Amino acid sequence: MATLNELRPGESARVVSLSGTPSLIQRLAELGMFEGETLTVVALAPLGDPIEVHLGNTRLTLRQQEAATVTVEPL
Amino acid sequence: MPSAHLRVALVGNPNAGKSTLFNALSGLRQHVGNYPGVTVEMKKGRFTYHGIDFTLIDLPGTYSLAPRSPDEMVAVDLLLGRRAEEAAPDLILAVIDASNVDRHLYLTTQLMELGLPMVVAVTMTDTAAAQGIALDAAKLAAALGVPVVPVLASRGVGMDALRAALCHGGLVPVPPKFPDAVTGELDALVAAYPLVPRFLVQRLLFDVGGHIETWLTQTLAATLPAELTAARQRLAAAGCAVSGVEARTRYGWIRLATAGAVTKPATRLTTRTDRIDRVLTHKVWGTLAFLVVMFLVFQSIFVWAKPFMDAIDSGRGWVGDLLGSHMAAGPLRSLLIDGVIKGVGSVLVFLPQILILFAFIAVLEDCGYMARAAFLMDKVMSRCGLNGKSFIPLLSSVACAVPAILSTRVIENRRDRLATIVVAPLMSCSARLPVYALFIGSFLRDGYAWWLPGVTLFGMYLIGFLVAPLVALLLKRTLLRGETPLFVMELPAYKVPTLKTVLFRVYDAGSAFVKRAGTIILASMALIWASLYFPHHDAAGVSYPDRIETLEADDAPEGAKAEAAQLQGEWKRNSYLGRVGRGLEPAFAPLGWDWKIGVAALASFPAREVMVGTFGILYGVGEVDAKEVDNPDDEKAAGLKATLRKEWADDPIRGKYGVSVALSVMVFFALCCQCGSTLAVIRRETRSWSWPVFTFTYMTLLAYLGGFVTFQLGRVLTDALGG
Repeated sequence: MATLNELRPGESARVVSLSGTPSLIQRLAELGMFEGETLTVVALAPLGDPIEVHLGNTRLTLRQQEAATVTVEPL
Repeated sequence: MPSAHLRVALVGNPNAGKSTLFNALSGLRQHVGNYPGVTVEMKKGRFTYHGIDFTLIDLPGTYSLAPRSPDEMVAVDLLLGRRAEEAAPDLILAVIDASNVDRHLYLTTQLMELGLPMVVAVTMTDTAAAQGIALDAAKLAAALGVPVVPVLASRGVGMDALRAALCHGGLVPVPPKFPDAVTGELDALVAAYPLVPRFLVQRLLFDVGGHIETWLTQTLAATLPAELTAARQRLAAAGCAVSGVEARTRYGWIRLATAGAVTKPATRLTTRTDRIDRVLTHKVWGTLAFLVVMFLVFQSIFVWAKPFMDAIDSGRGWVGDLLGSHMAAGPLRSLLIDGVIKGVGSVLVFLPQILILFAFIAVLEDCGYMARAAFLMDKVMSRCGLNGKSFIPLLSSVACAVPAILSTRVIENRRDRLATIVVAPLMSCSARLPVYALFIGSFLRDGYAWWLPGVTLFGMYLIGFLVAPLVALLLKRTLLRGETPLFVMELPAYKVPTLKTVLFRVYDAGSAFVKRAGTIILASMALIWASLYFPHHDAAGVSYPDRIETLEADDAPEGAKAEAAQLQGEWKRNSYLGRVGRGLEPAFAPLGWDWKIGVAALASFPAREVMVGTFGILYGVGEVDAKEVDNPDDEKAAGLKATLRKEWADDPIRGKYGVSVALSVMVFFALCCQCGSTLAVIRRETRSWSWPVFTFTYMTLLAYLGGFVTFQLGRVLTDALGG
């Protein structure tokens, strides 16, 4: 088990649970990130924050702090 | 005979190709509609097909119908027919992206709950095909229960089929079914609040701390939060926690619906966007590319706009001269030339910069780069409490705050957007440059090290770069304090921007500025004109303009021109604004200023570019062209600098502390919001008077304080160094 912010670029994982605020969980769901989905960390911004994540055909970016609320199981 | 008029709401995720579809359907028959009390603007378009008149309402792109703010509520209210100025739509046109069907259908399943007939348009079918994704429209239509039409709006493919589908009126779909526990809680809430539509009750239950909860708690029942918490706890106990049940139910339904209709390759192919992003979001190359793009934007606002701005300026001069030679001297001529024409000119003069900046923004946004820029700059901007999206508006503010403030619309979060708007005018804009040039040229060039003028100028820009983030941070900690807004953002696929979308964006920005800010700018220009014109008779009752007219006549004796310039100075000294300035001299004294600097500063409040011109009049050398300040061959500009040096040398304060006074004036101008246009645009963008008033007040106080500290420090230093 790890959190999303601990993954390095190129690593993939399956989402296990989300523990952020209700609005964060809702926004992530709207963008396709919810329990059971597979994602890949693609890149980190120049100062290491925010991060870029791929979920299927969706590319999204979120801050380290937000990524820390997503528990994942590295694949 | 079907109804001859259909109102269609166009709904889809951001970057789904909605704008392109809207433009393709309605062509030039479109206009922007405003909604009172919110900053939302929705475009409306019209078209006729097979005898049916369509009104197309373009709702802002959204990922869901869960409103988080009053702005987002407008779209939901409009769909439910709850806005007084807009009847409910007859039909929903949902736009989904073929390369990402599952995620886009999430919003579609919410739209299905409105109980309205629906047609689905599938865009980006070419991109999807390139990625090996195949979509069977007929199968998808059968699964969703509504007509599904694939389109390529930019090339007109499928548009007739789409219009025909709209003519048939669409079908009312059956939405996904939620678990019984959820339906039970919903039924109970609907029974308890019979006046609230079921759709809103469902959002109320699902959106913890959302806008609907806040709004209904205030208007309906203070006990609502407790009831909701209890209901949500019961749902959690039943294994249907609201945090997950909506996503699970919708995506589960979507997986089944798309199972036979959409086929994807087993492993995702590397797309063009993936390849571009390897460079553009790369730590080194991405940063370099970003700097190049920003330099281009910046340079173009400065350089490309200049010939157009000069042309507008000379056009203004030409019209003024034309009027001047055909009208008798008097208040009316002066009002027209110095008030109205100058006012119109100062509105139009911003247009080239606005249009160029918006062309860039439209291209950057339409091709998908804007989100990458925010991604790259977010960490830096978060240090001052803002986010990556504030960077481009703040940078463009170095050219001009007006287009910069208009461009803050890309910032979704209200507090971040306000903070950006309020600090943008602190960045040193191009209109401050003539003031810096005048004082650096007069007091900091001759007899000083060669690098001093450059360093001083850089210092003036540095003030903005340092103070703006500090004020933003302060605001975010006080007035605009609140939960850190979500940064979660989609990085859309790159695409070639469409000319139509870019042109419409540029046109919208330009016309919005001229129509809504123009009037306020004109009014403030006329006000300053009047306070510098009246009274226009000297103590003996002889009219100043008449005397000047005589002195400036072609057959006037030698030296009459100089006398006319002197007389101009005397007239302004006795004008209402001149009197106020002289009365306020004690207030200017701590900054090291005399009444002339004070009046010039006061007269510059509607538009700081008039500072140099007013200064010329007050010092009796005639009106100096701000553009010519640095031109050594311009007689008036050189004359003004010489007069300034001479007059100040004869004065006990300004003689000894000339450099400190010059710096105090420059710092004042660097920090002050002397721009009616900026305030008018802030008023327009925030839909309130309190933000422009706040901006004006804090910047004026800051400017006074800055001028004060600069002069007093300079004085102490001068004395310590022995004069």
